[in-house]
Amino acid sequence: MEITTRALWTTIHGMGFGALYLLACSGAVVELWRHFAPREPVPVSAGDERFLRIYLAMMTLLAWLAVLTGAYMIYPWYRAAPPAGTANLAAFPQRLLMSSPATIGWHSIGMEWKEHVAWLVPISISMASGVLFKYGGSIKNHPALRNGVLSFVVVSFLAAGIAGFFGAMINKAAPVQGGATIHRMRGGESR
Amino acid sequence: MSAQRESVPSVDTSNLPNGSGAAALLAAGIGAFVLSALAIATDHVAAMKSLMNFYEPTGPLSGVTSSAILVWLLAWVGLDARWKRRTVALRSIVTAALVLLALSFVLTFPPVGDLF
Repeated sequence: MEITTRALWTTIHGMGFGALYLLACSGAVVELWRHFAPREPVPVSAGDERFLRIYLAMMTLLAWLAVLTGAYMIYPWYRAAPPAGTANLAAFPQRLLMSSPATIGWHSIGMEWKEHVAWLVPISISMASGVLFKYGGSIKNHPALRNGVLSFVVVSFLAAGIAGFFGAMINKAAPVQGGATIHRMRGGESR
Repeated sequence: MSAQRESVPSVDTSNLPNGSGAAALLAAGIGAFVLSALAIATDHVAAMKSLMNFYEPTGPLSGVTSSAILVWLLAWVGLDARWKRRTVALRSIVTAALVLLALSFVLTFPPVGDLF
């Protein structure tokens, strides 16, 4: 098995930070919806409060890691311009997608949307984390605030889903490749 | 696992006014909207495209996102300083924040951004 460093970082960005964020989103929505609902008669325990604060802080970290690795590591590899006269565009994913009418949409709609909408995620979840850090369980006393935070978390889920979907499809059509090759485990011959 | 749930919060936050929360929400809405507005402007105005090119390998995306993040954080700090000891009209502020967020979501969709 072998993988290039660029492909490895793309995997860490998408499958590590991005997919983990998407998985975590459902937990945050359920927690905010159930335990922090104004009509919920059981008071929010110190344990619940601490759990959600840590949970949202971890989601915030994942969101920032996802957009920062995306914008400052993978995107430069994606948009690299080929030297004049380059015939094989495999190492230049953006130009490869733009070279065919069948794939140009993955860049002009997919990447153009993904590269901007993804940034709504860290903004939204940092805000949610900040509000929960400050208010804790007493957010139940401010239903409009709790509903607003919940709405931002749901929108962050949609934005992360869009970014994740287009990221996966773009990387399928024009994978980010290159850099050093990492070899791990040599498979035996199948009989 | 204890059968009885703890019911005492670690820090008493029950008397906090809603101002800080409103500031955080509205600032997030503003930051998101500025992001989409800058993205559209950068796409359509050549001068903006070069102005937003903070980091060559990433291109104008670096300036668009860094500027929006800066506006968001400044708005958050500014609004929080103004509202943190106040009780504000939360419902209308949350509505404004959500409208800004919804607009930014729609405006980042390239076919919509291309209408401008």
